Amino acid sequence: MSITLDDLSVHLAGAELVRDLNIETAEGEVLGLVGPNGSGKSTALRCVYRALRPSRGAVLLDGADISTLATRESARHIAAVPQESSNDLDFTVAEIVELGRFPHHRGNQPLTIEERAVCEEAMHRADVVHLADRGVLSLSGGERQRVLLARAFAQQPRVLVLDEPTNHLDIHHQIQLLRQLRTDSTTGLIAMHDLNLAAATCDRLAVLANGMVLHIGTPTEVLTPELINEAFGVAPSIVRHPRTGIPQLHYDI
Amino acid sequence: MTTSDTQPTSDTQSSPDRQASLDQAPTSDNQSIPSASRREKSLLTTVLSLVVVLAISTLVGITLGPAPVPLPDTVRYLAAAITGGTIDAADASGYSIIWQVRTPRVLLAAVVGAGLSVVGVAIQATVRNALADPFILGVSSGASVGASAVVSFGLFAGLGVYALSTAALLGALGASALVYLAARGKSGLTPLRLVLTGVALAYGFQSLMSAIVFFAPFSDSARTVLFWLMGSLGSATWSGLPLAAATVVLATGLLLWNSRSLDVLALGDETAAGLGMDATAVRKRLFLLTAIVTGCLVAVSGAVGFVGLVIPHLVRLLVGANHRRVLTIAPLIGAIFLVWVDLASRTLFAPRELPLGVITALIGVPVFIILLRRRGYLFGGR
Repeated sequence: MSITLDDLSVHLAGAELVRDLNIETAEGEVLGLVGPNGSGKSTALRCVYRALRPSRGAVLLDGADISTLATRESARHIAAVPQESSNDLDFTVAEIVELGRFPHHRGNQPLTIEERAVCEEAMHRADVVHLADRGVLSLSGGERQRVLLARAFAQQPRVLVLDEPTNHLDIHHQIQLLRQLRTDSTTGLIAMHDLNLAAATCDRLAVLANGMVLHIGTPTEVLTPELINEAFGVAPSIVRHPRTGIPQLHYDI
Repeated sequence: MTTSDTQPTSDTQSSPDRQASLDQAPTSDNQSIPSASRREKSLLTTVLSLVVVLAISTLVGITLGPAPVPLPDTVRYLAAAITGGTIDAADASGYSIIWQVRTPRVLLAAVVGAGLSVVGVAIQATVRNALADPFILGVSSGASVGASAVVSFGLFAGLGVYALSTAALLGALGASALVYLAARGKSGLTPLRLVLTGVALAYGFQSLMSAIVFFAPFSDSARTVLFWLMGSLGSATWSGLPLAAATVVLATGLLLWNSRSLDVLALGDETAAGLGMDATAVRKRLFLLTAIVTGCLVAVSGAVGFVGLVIPHLVRLLVGANHRRVLTIAPLIGAIFLVWVDLASRTLFAPRELPLGVITALIGVPVFIILLRRRGYLFGGR
């Protein structure tokens, strides 16, 4: 499924957080949102997973405005791992992952055998099977992040919205996750800070600054010294990855 | 998505055993299913044993009291009352003590204990706060304003014995409505705003109650109000029981049916949105439910503290955080607890009665602290 941000604007408490965003993803594409702090990446994503209602414009799922869908209905297609997630109750990892099935149910019918298999597979993909019976409050930040990913996988989404998904993850799990996103048929919408990983993962990158799209294109088109300087105010040296040819940034302090 | 989608296309970063564990994914599915059903079986065992304990506790509660009635007589009276049998005229006073006084009282203790525990679970999920209890949203202080008006100035005198309950219920619902209106904001009904508004307005209601008692024409009003506030089941009758019982059963059923929503609510509003749940809407419904149930309970028993705070934590220690399990066990444990507390309240210093709140705290606080320290209980992190 494809996601389109159509003239999306959000005003909140007198500030315009994003303005007239127009971003289109193709089916199965992984699109990265990059940009400095406060550039509107999270705000745009929050509109997609419906934590925020756009002030103007719309988010389209396969061309249909998601605000016309029931929230449960859109959650069957769009799963999200938000940046901030707090939880005070000591659920087990397996219980958290099973909550990914929430949009597919009414009331508290027990999960079917197929759904249990879906959850199990989601835990395998996020590499948390060995933690299944552990309480989430006793996990490390990275383990917890992987549990949240497993929960999103268990939702069986066609669109995956991830806000800084590699936060807290060690490099092994960062690469494992990003590789999965690349090989999956799921459409991905990801906010990332690490431009090198973003370049290696995403089909296209949208550079945001001050709530607007500065530039959108393939990593090679977008990651130029001029554009990075314009968005972030830093001047990197850009080289090609020796094996993949993808642009990689080097900074001098 | 199939399993093959998930496997990395290049193996350079995957160790062989990781690859192997991915390949085994379909076979290990079968192992998790028995583990889930084992958990279900152990829940069923727990429920059945708690039901037995509750039944025994109820019988003990009915048998014991200031006026001694031997157990065989108690059983005979109960059997006669339930099956419509007859008893000798000589047994009339014993029968009346057992069936008209103690039985409704013990049953009401069970209902109130169950109700406060269930509502405690609901309110802690609603405001996402470990310190929340059913009275945190101003319900009990609102009820006390109504109750003190009745005790001090004879409000609702036309309602006779129901005046106190009616005034308490109205006070509770009025207070809840005020808290709700004051806490409501542009960004929805956030947990912290609810708690802060509830606590702040509770102080307001308390001072209002104090003022009413202070200006009361009768000097023992303060005592009566205080006793009522600490909770008592002394006024329990058969006629008051059905409404409270029906409310508690209905609320427990509704909450159980929506237990997964409570789980999702605990993950925070952002995550809830991503899972297709409007957290504010759910919170509003939960608030309404808690206000009604707590109002009904306060009307029949006063404000019995501590049960709604501690039983939810105790149950989570036993069965984990999952709300379906918590809501299945909490009413049973709460009911058992309050049956014994009420028994202690009327027998320890008979014929005088201790307020329930005194005993719930005396028993509950040390037990709770010991449990909290012994097990690795985590609520709100380490």
